[in-house]
Amino acid sequence: MARAVTNNRKALNTAIAWSIGLVIFFPILWTILTSFKTEAQAISNPPVFLFFDWTLENYAVVQERSNYMRFLWNSVFIAGGSTILGLIIAVPAAWSMAFVPSRRTKDILLWMLSTKMLPAVGVLYPIYLLFIKMGLLDTRLGLTIVLMLINLPIIIWMLYTYFKEIPGEILEAARMDGASLPKEIIYVLTPMAVPGIASTLLLNFILAWNEAFWTLNLTAAKAAPLTAFIASYSSPEGLFYAKLSAASTMAIAPILIMGWFSQKQLVRGLTFGAVK
Amino acid sequence: MATQQSRSAARLMMAPAVILLLGWMLVPLTMTLWFSFRKYLPLRGGDLGWAGFDNYTRFIGSSAFWPSVQATLVIVGGVLIITIVLGIILALLLDQPMWGQGIVRILVIAPFFVMPTVSALVWKNMFMDPVNGLFAYVWKFFGATPVEWLSQASMQSIVMIVSWQWLPFATLILLTAVQSLDSEQLEAAEMDGASFMSRFWYLILPHLARAITIVVLIQTIFLLSIFAEIFVTTGGAFGTKTLSYLIFQRVLESQNVGLGSAGGVYAIILANIVAIFLMRIVGKNLDA
Repeated sequence: MARAVTNNRKALNTAIAWSIGLVIFFPILWTILTSFKTEAQAISNPPVFLFFDWTLENYAVVQERSNYMRFLWNSVFIAGGSTILGLIIAVPAAWSMAFVPSRRTKDILLWMLSTKMLPAVGVLYPIYLLFIKMGLLDTRLGLTIVLMLINLPIIIWMLYTYFKEIPGEILEAARMDGASLPKEIIYVLTPMAVPGIASTLLLNFILAWNEAFWTLNLTAAKAAPLTAFIASYSSPEGLFYAKLSAASTMAIAPILIMGWFSQKQLVRGLTFGAVK
Repeated sequence: MATQQSRSAARLMMAPAVILLLGWMLVPLTMTLWFSFRKYLPLRGGDLGWAGFDNYTRFIGSSAFWPSVQATLVIVGGVLIITIVLGIILALLLDQPMWGQGIVRILVIAPFFVMPTVSALVWKNMFMDPVNGLFAYVWKFFGATPVEWLSQASMQSIVMIVSWQWLPFATLILLTAVQSLDSEQLEAAEMDGASFMSRFWYLILPHLARAITIVVLIQTIFLLSIFAEIFVTTGGAFGTKTLSYLIFQRVLESQNVGLGSAGGVYAIILANIVAIFLMRIVGKNLDA
């Protein structure tokens, strides 16, 4: 009897949760579906849901007309470059704070976090001006540096919380056996920290990929990543739903897949260890 | 002696990160402060000298200032209320036993990974467009006149788009907190005859208080500076010009850098007030 009740309740939970989940996911699903329609079907009245002539034409047209691959490459370069550069700088810093803490470590960590709270718009003009002066405006390098800097506090924090979980005794043992500092980091620490480093890399790649303030304000035609490319569709001439959907689907698909792998790290990475 | 050595090594390893972040913070901040006291119009004569507190008073005195404060508060407040109320409901629901829990979780979290320009454009065109949008079709189906969402109900529309983007974040964090709830305590309360509402008020909500505070603080910091959603949908028209957007327009569109920088200083102060509270919680957690 009790079993039946639980099963009933489970069925009810399932029905409610799936309905809500589908409603929330619907805009994404609708975008993906529309990307396979013709322009006429995309705005047909009544809307067609599944029974239309599936076509890949939009994807081909988007690539052909706007050179989609270039924007994609810019996104990959900027998001990937800023993440890797950030990790190179953050790993030693997080290591030293986690394993050789001093009285000031806590203050330094909090100060680093505070730089993340600086509203971007407050420093927009100075950065813009510096970029012009240094010839970095509308370059991939310039954007890579800025995105690295805005995500550096999150990278350091995530790595710090992961490193903190590695028992210090293991490192001490390695030191006693005569391992030098670089060897200790490469052979002892890194293998244990790989999962943490990997999730940090994943989450920061996502954050950099989706960043839409600096990418919109510091790029024009040359270095524009996908965020800026999609924004260009807001002009009237770009009002082609099927093509907009195809471009959008290509821009979000890789990140959706990565995001599914990093949902657990998301909490840790964006709450700075305050919720575990 | 090894400690002395490792201490100096540690300092050396921290140096690049500290120096970079220090530069990233101090250089632009100093420049913004400097510009905010100058009459600086790059396209109309350049730096025209000292302005005192003129920019600060003019920024607050302009007719666009108070509406922008109001727009900012409505967006931040509206999104916070929606995401937290729905987030709590969703977190409690997702914690229940069900089939396909993992998949539902993925469906609910997905919007967070959509880039802001994509979600803004998809909502604007495919849902909220008064002619071809899906909402217009539904309205017509029921015999109603389609709403011109982004002009007639511009604030509600933007609050809705941004809430859709941030609901996953609130849900995920609240779910993490719900899962750490002591289930034995809940069962005991249930056996003692406590109704769901009283269990919610006296056990669940107090347990979630900390997570809710963190969601409020972190989202506030991000929401204060939302940009792409407004840039793509209304461009700041129809009463959706937030403080951040107003500063952006002053600085880059009308190239009044002095005035915009004074606005920037206000925005920085505002964000810091929120940040102090967040830092306190995070700092406490570091000690534990």
